[in-house]
Formats: sequence, structure tokens, C-alpha cells
Amino acid sequence: MKHYNEAFKDIPGTTVFDAEQSRIGYHLNMFCMSLMKAENRAAFKADERAYLERFPMTPEQRQAVLDRDYNRMIGLGGNIYFLAKIGATDGFSFQNLASKMTGVPEDQYKAMMVAGGRPPKGNRSKSDPGK
Amino acid sequence: MARISAGVTTSHIPAVGAAIDLGKTHEPYWQPVFKGYEFSKRWIAEHKPDVVVLVYNDHASAFSLEVIPTFAIGCAESFQPADEGWGPRPVPVVQGHPELAWHIAQSTILDEFDMTIVNRMDVDHGLTVPLSLMFGQPAAWPVKVIPLAVNVVQYPPPTGNRCWNLGRAIRKAVESFDEDLNVMIWGTGGMSHQLQGPRAGFINREFDTRFLDKLTQDPEGLAKIPHVDYVREAGSEGIELVMWLIMRGALDRQAREVYRFYHVPASNTAVGHIILENQA
Repeated sequence: MKHYNEAFKDIPGTTVFDAEQSRIGYHLNMFCMSLMKAENRAAFKADERAYLERFPMTPEQRQAVLDRDYNRMIGLGGNIYFLAKIGATDGFSFQNLASKMTGVPEDQYKAMMVAGGRPPKGNRSKSDPGK
Repeated sequence: MARISAGVTTSHIPAVGAAIDLGKTHEPYWQPVFKGYEFSKRWIAEHKPDVVVLVYNDHASAFSLEVIPTFAIGCAESFQPADEGWGPRPVPVVQGHPELAWHIAQSTILDEFDMTIVNRMDVDHGLTVPLSLMFGQPAAWPVKVIPLAVNVVQYPPPTGNRCWNLGRAIRKAVESFDEDLNVMIWGTGGMSHQLQGPRAGFINREFDTRFLDKLTQDPEGLAKIPHVDYVREAGSEGIELVMWLIMRGALDRQAREVYRFYHVPASNTAVGHIILENQA
């Protein structure tokens, strides 16, 4: 099992939602899940800090939500399908979230996709040249 | 007796559903995507399945982290389109086939697949986008649907080999159902894409093309691909491709490819679509 989980760590820019991530991210992800209900979205928008207090998350997780720092949220156990519900609440598309996580403006990210996406070359392994 | 006549695989990108629902299919960005399904719509109208076993994954809609079934089979009379955070898609309610669904559940469990039986489940874009791509925008879906939700969110998901073998068990189940039914099996999700982190936007046309080739020619070879290779070569969400192997396992070894479509991009994703027919 250890070997199975470790094998993914060589892949650059990628966090696999394994047992450990799921365990540390449980309350963060369940907060995201709560945003599936319209009344909860309204309560969150009205007072984000107060709403986040309803969930036993860590202070770092709460701050990452307030900062909309998606890479940090992923590092703290967030799963992208759950985190996307924060994006939806904010009225942003998946491509907008992708531009935030990759650190490029949205139009530039979209142009990369239209041109065929991020290529495998140099992006398969942390030991690829240039990584 | 019931029989499986054909298999369909397709990506199930939510933005594709939104483009259909918002009437954007003729926009230059979307046109090539929908053009790729014109043949398929004609094909399915000619082949008229009675039931589709629709293999898909839930995206934190019906299942949160409270309960995470590896294989969940929908045995209900009907399934509501899920509210994924911006209201449910304006598509018809999905009608199930409880008798066949229960039959498949019993048969596969006795074949040692520990299925989760679900009697209430909202279905998200993973299931409804493929229906829209194949049937357009009818007032009611012209087919009964047995949802088969596969966990590909929480690691570890099922192995490709497990999916392949489940497909074989589903075939055995369908063929022992005592009613003349034309059943199709669809595998959805994929192809290469990554939605998360600094590597988001990852696409691998070469891997996808090889995968499409081997789907007919060497499915046993595909069933051996380990999870880490999917993530490395097809992006973190490319792992959804294991679900295509359930479809493939339920078909003849000699199934014939009758149609293929591949396009980059739809939003963040490589669209892959293939139709395989069993020998009559």
C-alpha cells in the first residue's frame, strides 16, 4: 500500500486524493458539499468567516478558503470536485479555477487548451528535464 | 432473452451539457464537438436500445465523503437530475429498469462483485451529458437507464482489470434475463484531462489514440494499465478511463468499431467517443 501511494508522488503538479488527503480534508470537503444547497450558499456569501466556523476545519483550511487559494486547499486535503462548489458559488467556471491553479490569466489558459492543452513532454515526471 | 448489442463510450464534460442547455452548440468553439456526434444520433435512432447500462462516475453530487461505494447500481424506478450547485440540468427525469437492475445486482454479487444497491440517487452530468449527446433534447429519454456509478474520486478506485471483469459479469447477467431486450452498455468519462493543481490542462493525444485503438484490438492489455500510468499519461482525471473497460468487458472479444471521434478541447478535456457493435 505504501508503495502504491508513493508512486504517484513523482508526478509533477498533481495531488492524488488518497486516504491521507481524504482524512485531513474531510471537514473542508464536507463544507464544500454543504454549498450544494441554495440556503447554505446564501449564508456563506453573507458572512464567510461565520459560516466556516460551523465546520471543524483547521485555521489554515479556513484561511485558504477565504483566500480562494485552491492549490493550498488541495494541499490541505481538498478534492477538486468538492472545491469546484466554492467556484460555482462564486460564479466561476472550471476554466477560471484552472487559471488560478496554474497561475496564468484565464485567456492565456484557454488559448493553451485550444492549442492542444498542456503537453506530456516535460510534465510526466518530476525528473523530466526542466522540472 | 436479453442481449447486449453494442457499446458506446463518450466523455461527459459538464461544459458540454451547459452548451446544449444554453443553446450554444452552433458557436464556433462548440460546433466541432457536436458535429462529432451527428453520426451517433442517427446510429442510435436506428438501433433503438430498450435499456442502457450507463457506467459513469458521480462528482460529489449523490455521494459525498460520508459513503463511498466502489460500484453502485441504481435499482430505482427513476432518477432525478442532480442540483450540482447551480440548479439541476433542464433534462428529462431518467427512467430506470428495476427488474433488470436487480437481476444484474443479484447475478454480479453471486459472481463475487460486492455491488452497492441504490434505491435513491440523483444523477449528475456524468450520466446526463452522455444521454444529451446521443439523444439530443427530447421531452422524455427514449430509453430506460440503469445507472452504474463507479468511484474514481477517492483513491484507490477499482483497477482496470476489476472493471474489465465486472463488464464480463454484467454480460452474463444480462444474457440470463428472461425477457427479449436490446441492451447497450455505455462507458463514460475521460479522455485525458487534469482539472487540479499546477498541471491542470494536461492533454495526451498520443495516449488517447492508443487507448482508442486498443479498445477493440487489445482490451486485455488496457486492463493491465496501473493507476499511476493513467495519472501520469492521461492526467489526474484521466483515471475515469477505467470505466470504459466495464463497457468493453461486456462486449464480444470480436466487437467491431463502427465509429470514432476525437477532439481537443472541450473546456479542459479531450473528447473521445467510440461505438462498438457485437456480432449479430
